[in-house]
Amino acid sequence: MKNPCQQAKAPILAVEGLAVDYRLRGSSLPTIRDVSFEIQAGEAVALVGESGSGKTTTAMAIAGLLPPNAAVSGGEVRYRGDRLPIDDDAAMRPHRWSEISVVFQGAMNALNPVHRIIKQIAEPCQLQLGMSRDEAIARARELLELVGISAERGRAYPHELSGGMRQRVMIAMALACSPSIVIGDEPTTALDVITQAQILKLLTALRSQLNLALILITHDLSVVAECCDRVMIMYAGRLVEDGSVADIFANPKHPYTKLLIESIPNPEHGKRMVRPIPGDPPTLQHRPSGCAFRSRCPSAMPVCATEVPNLKRWEQGRVACYLHPPMKHEEKALANA
Amino acid sequence: MAGSLQGGRTSRRIGHVTFRAILTLFMVAILNFLLFRVIPGDPADMLLAGARNSVSAEQIESQRKSWGLDRPLIPDQLLNYLSTTFQGDLGYSFKFSGRRVADLILERLPATIALVGVAQVIAILCGVMLGIYAGWRRGGAIDHVVSGTSLALYSTPPFWLGMVLVLVFSTALGWLPGYGSYSPSAATADLPDWLGDRARHLVLPVLAIALGLIGQYVVVARAAMSDVVTEDYMVTARAKGLTSGQMLMRHAFRNALLPVVTLVTLNLGYIVSGAITVESVFAWPGIGSLTVEAVNGRDYPVLQGVFLLLGLSIVVANLVTDLAYGILDPRVR
Repeated sequence: MKNPCQQAKAPILAVEGLAVDYRLRGSSLPTIRDVSFEIQAGEAVALVGESGSGKTTTAMAIAGLLPPNAAVSGGEVRYRGDRLPIDDDAAMRPHRWSEISVVFQGAMNALNPVHRIIKQIAEPCQLQLGMSRDEAIARARELLELVGISAERGRAYPHELSGGMRQRVMIAMALACSPSIVIGDEPTTALDVITQAQILKLLTALRSQLNLALILITHDLSVVAECCDRVMIMYAGRLVEDGSVADIFANPKHPYTKLLIESIPNPEHGKRMVRPIPGDPPTLQHRPSGCAFRSRCPSAMPVCATEVPNLKRWEQGRVACYLHPPMKHEEKALANA
Repeated sequence: MAGSLQGGRTSRRIGHVTFRAILTLFMVAILNFLLFRVIPGDPADMLLAGARNSVSAEQIESQRKSWGLDRPLIPDQLLNYLSTTFQGDLGYSFKFSGRRVADLILERLPATIALVGVAQVIAILCGVMLGIYAGWRRGGAIDHVVSGTSLALYSTPPFWLGMVLVLVFSTALGWLPGYGSYSPSAATADLPDWLGDRARHLVLPVLAIALGLIGQYVVVARAAMSDVVTEDYMVTARAKGLTSGQMLMRHAFRNALLPVVTLVTLNLGYIVSGAITVESVFAWPGIGSLTVEAVNGRDYPVLQGVFLLLGLSIVVANLVTDLAYGILDPRVR
């Protein structure tokens, strides 16, 4: 049975059993498996994992932006209850930017170096919303002011702006067609700590002002603590834990989550050194049987090698680990499903 | 304020680039002078060598004196060369006795500009478009055909291509004339016939030059476009809901054009230098043929003139490249 408060609201985005394969020299490499989650309107969810854990691939699949060598091999994504044609470029086009937009990482390369920023912000207004050139420019000027850049700076080219300014431009651009969901693909990774904090503050403010749902992709848990409601932890292409920020930080269930949180340097806890997680994540070509984390897991058991643990729901969230058997009533619910 | 700052920077850059061009041209002139002077042998000796027995040492000495060769090479002769050259006086030909070098070059220039200019225009239009398309549809059937053919054309010497064209279309099929720039019979015809005759003579040599250039442009344009399609801003464009055509025209085309513009404008500099090998194959009366004749006849003043013209056009082409790049790419403004 679901949490009654969750059942009351229809999710704005529902991802169910999403699977993505990469093609490499003729063979198909399973990259994302069985990713399911829901996002409510206005909710900020972080998708956290190491490099190569599949967090960006998951987000790009949801936005219908997979590269040509990757393909959705299962599952579906529903936006306000309607299935999104994420594997059909042409059919996806009307949904782009006006429903889901993306703030890409490293805004230098994500902005076209030969066009003025105002033009790049106005472009989707003209093409997706059918505004006239003047209307689109006026809208772009508003958006620039909204993210804290004076509209006059719109005539600048990307290389004339600082990294933080470019990321603000990227955010303004993402808001151009008033989307309900914004995916932030490591939006603060290339920035210094102070600029990073400013950008996160801006995102948080805009989110509540515009009632945006935010999917924040990051490997930085400190960013998560600052601006998200919920965290989903990914490992080797699967979700391993899902819960509220408060719960996950106070009481992580999955051994991987525990180690992730312990690896954050925390000055309040004395002079403890950063403790890295031993071992390396499995590569795409060599995914082990059973739980992918077992080779690095301090509490691995024989059962972990046999079958992939399911992402099971409990009161405060979901976790995929044999250490956490489902509650009695959940078992029934699973059997019925 | 930002605008005027930008404007100041732009005009300073243009001034800088122009100054550099003038300096380069000056160096070219000096090198042009020294290059032929370091070749062993004295012009007067060589010119009168055939008549060694009947010419006395005094006569050779007086000839040297009248050409100014008795004075020191540096600075007297060099300064004399530079001052006359920059006054537009290129001197007199040895071989075509008494004819001014400038007149000889001007006489040959129209034929060369017609030949290489037409070839360049065709090659730019076809080569750049095909290359851009092949890069955009990378890995597709059209890309494979276009890239393969281009690589083959690029690596084929133009004079060999010219000979094959003559053999096939002139000797065997008899469709087109195989040499010269006009038929004597049509020289006095009325304008349409005269133009038609000139055009028919242009086809094969233009093809011989253009095909190789097309290959070159395709290879470069395709590589440039292949780089652009993997750029992050192309993903941004796709995410913004642009169609494939909009992505190509609005975000890829201009960026892919940047490396191509450099190559094209630099190549334009060679229009006036002619195509030495192809002009020889087709007995085309252009600068290229003039150069060959001048080398064979040890006609140093003509060679100096041709080299100076080439240097000038390359420097100008470089200048145009720099300025065009500034227009296309805001990062270098």
